[in-house]
Amino acid sequence: MCATCGCGSDEVVVTSVGTTGATAHDHPHEHPHGVGHDHAHPHEHVRIEARTHTIELETEILAKNDERAAHNRSWLASKGISAVNLMSSPGSGKTSLLERSIADFGPLRPISVIEGDQETLFDAERIRAAGAKAVQINTGAGCHLDATMVRSGLDRLEPEEGGLVFLENVGNLVCPALFDLGESRRVVVISVTEGDDKPLKYPHMFSAADLVVVNKTDLLPYVDFDMDRCEKDARRLNPGLEWIPVSVRTGENLEAWYSWLRAL
Amino acid sequence: MHELSIAASVVEAVLERTGEQQVSAVRLVVGRLSGVVPDALSFAFEIATTGTRLEGAALEIDEPSGRAHCRDCRSDFAVDDLILLCDCGSADVEVVSGRELQVASVEVG
Repeated sequence: MCATCGCGSDEVVVTSVGTTGATAHDHPHEHPHGVGHDHAHPHEHVRIEARTHTIELETEILAKNDERAAHNRSWLASKGISAVNLMSSPGSGKTSLLERSIADFGPLRPISVIEGDQETLFDAERIRAAGAKAVQINTGAGCHLDATMVRSGLDRLEPEEGGLVFLENVGNLVCPALFDLGESRRVVVISVTEGDDKPLKYPHMFSAADLVVVNKTDLLPYVDFDMDRCEKDARRLNPGLEWIPVSVRTGENLEAWYSWLRAL
Repeated sequence: MHELSIAASVVEAVLERTGEQQVSAVRLVVGRLSGVVPDALSFAFEIATTGTRLEGAALEIDEPSGRAHCRDCRSDFAVDDLILLCDCGSADVEVVSGRELQVASVEVG
């Protein structure tokens, strides 16, 4: 089993969706076997000792992931790249938001994308078709991206210096919240069709975010979604949270999203 | 089910220190505001330790409750969830405990 994401070691697959249509892939994880073990006590004279003893560790469980994330962050900074971790439920419109952003914002700052999904190359192919570089990470049974997967994705992606990299996380409002990827900002995308109770149902996700984009505002007349309540609940969890309602479909208020991106 | 990833990270963190020694117990600190469910973690721990030096180790989980500090009125108070609001009305509140996610110690030998 992979020690970072808990998936089977052969399950995570990183795929470049290239212009030729060829899809090379590899398995990204480091598997440090038996790192830094002590050797057996060398003396020949056997002594009867206490059967067990305690080792104080006092170590963060996610220390390894956090170290790898810090490494990603400094590498990205050295290239002048801003990375945005995009998190949401499946179907909120993350990929559509990216397609539109590539068309509208891509000319101002080069965009490339690491796509995380359990299976398929669908999203990376959509991003490629929209005109940006993309790498697909298939996590298999894994429910989130981690810093090691992102490192492999960045190696394969070769993002432009000074550009913008989106890390489109696996669609899931629970697990991605705990794993630092080395991003500059965290964005949660929700849509009005999901209901306005998401912040209180998934508090960790909203606590960990810098910005919430509320998509599909063109559908507001047809659903019971209370924008004020949703925003207020989210700010109870995270007072500094920024909030941008948009419709990717009609383009409504996307300028606010682009202004936010410009400030990165 | 990120508890499986968390359990795998526990195994990695422990093995880095214990090497080839057999581990008979693992003590974790999983705060009540950490977003990790202890029951799910216990289940995942059994899976993640199979075939390692931690297989069969007892798992003890300490679950510190949430405490917060208000930067406005400077009071400390208990929090059960991530809605951080002080009785004084301020939301300028800092979590001081409950988010822990640590390996405290292990028993070897």
